[in-house]
Amino acid sequence: MIVRIATEGQYRLADEVIERVNALDNEAVAAVEAGDQARFAELFAQIIALIRAEGAPLPEDELHGSDVIVPPPDTSFEEAKHEFTGDGLIPD
Amino acid sequence: MAGLSGRFSTVVKSKISKMLDRAEDPSETLEYSYQKQVELLQNVKKGLADVVTAKKRLQLQSKRLEDQVVKLDTQARQALAAGNETLARTALERKTTVQAELQGLDGQIAELEGQQQSMTDNQAKLQTKIEAFRSKKEVIKAQYSAAEAQVRISEAATGVGEEMADVGLAMQRALDKTENMRARAQAVDELERAGAFEDLTQLGAGEDDIDRQLRELSSGGQVDSELEKMKAELGAGGKPAGELGSGGTAGQSA
Repeated sequence: MIVRIATEGQYRLADEVIERVNALDNEAVAAVEAGDQARFAELFAQIIALIRAEGAPLPEDELHGSDVIVPPPDTSFEEAKHEFTGDGLIPD
Repeated sequence: MAGLSGRFSTVVKSKISKMLDRAEDPSETLEYSYQKQVELLQNVKKGLADVVTAKKRLQLQSKRLEDQVVKLDTQARQALAAGNETLARTALERKTTVQAELQGLDGQIAELEGQQQSMTDNQAKLQTKIEAFRSKKEVIKAQYSAAEAQVRISEAATGVGEEMADVGLAMQRALDKTENMRARAQAVDELERAGAFEDLTQLGAGEDDIDRQLRELSSGGQVDSELEKMKAELGAGGKPAGELGSGGTAGQSA
């Protein structure tokens, strides 16, 4: 699967890694819903670190759409909350 | 993935498909995508220029504040040497304020440096993607039927489109941060205009009592030292001058 870390770049990830990312992602969502800022920051940092460590960066001259796009590494708690209601992080 | 990243991904994809939907046939899609890519590259260049300008402005401010620190330090010494501890304290207090401001500025300059670097990287990455798109476009035109070309072009366009959206996002975030810093730089400018960091000896109409006293001390000291020099030049011939007071009187207040 191809995963993009927004504002950073694309990585190719094995399915097994995707499952781990997904599990962390679900926990991060729960943390946001619970208003637990510290927990969210910790989980989100783990997601980013996992993708960077396990993913193979996609060559820059390859053109592929991503299967999953993860918000930018510097996403704030406020922005993460906004993800669920507003227009998301990508400006028009 | 229906979580955080899933939601985010959906937003990006809907924006890209909105963009692609504007064109109907393959050649239009190609043209539209390419035109968008070039536009964005121009925007990235403009954004980068903005960041560089903001950084230069902060660097100039930082330099001015450094000069103020040196001046205030010198003035504190002068005041102390003249026996006016109150004035020395005032100068040192101002020096501390300026130093705190300086530290904040230096942190922001470092952050802008980082923004500039990542935007430069983004620009290079986008340039590479646009090149890849351009060559792919030629292959598609030469080798595929219209129907197949349509599919392949929209694949390539999605890849480039996503990159464009992403570079656009990175740029937006960099500019938002720059905007915050610009606001801070402006605040520092206003403080400067209000006289908070002004050179204590070179104030114009707005000078207060402390400023005036300090200036008198400073020029008084200069007169004294010139007198001393003159006395030395005249040699032992003259009668010994008595105690020369050093300018302003300590404790003189508003």
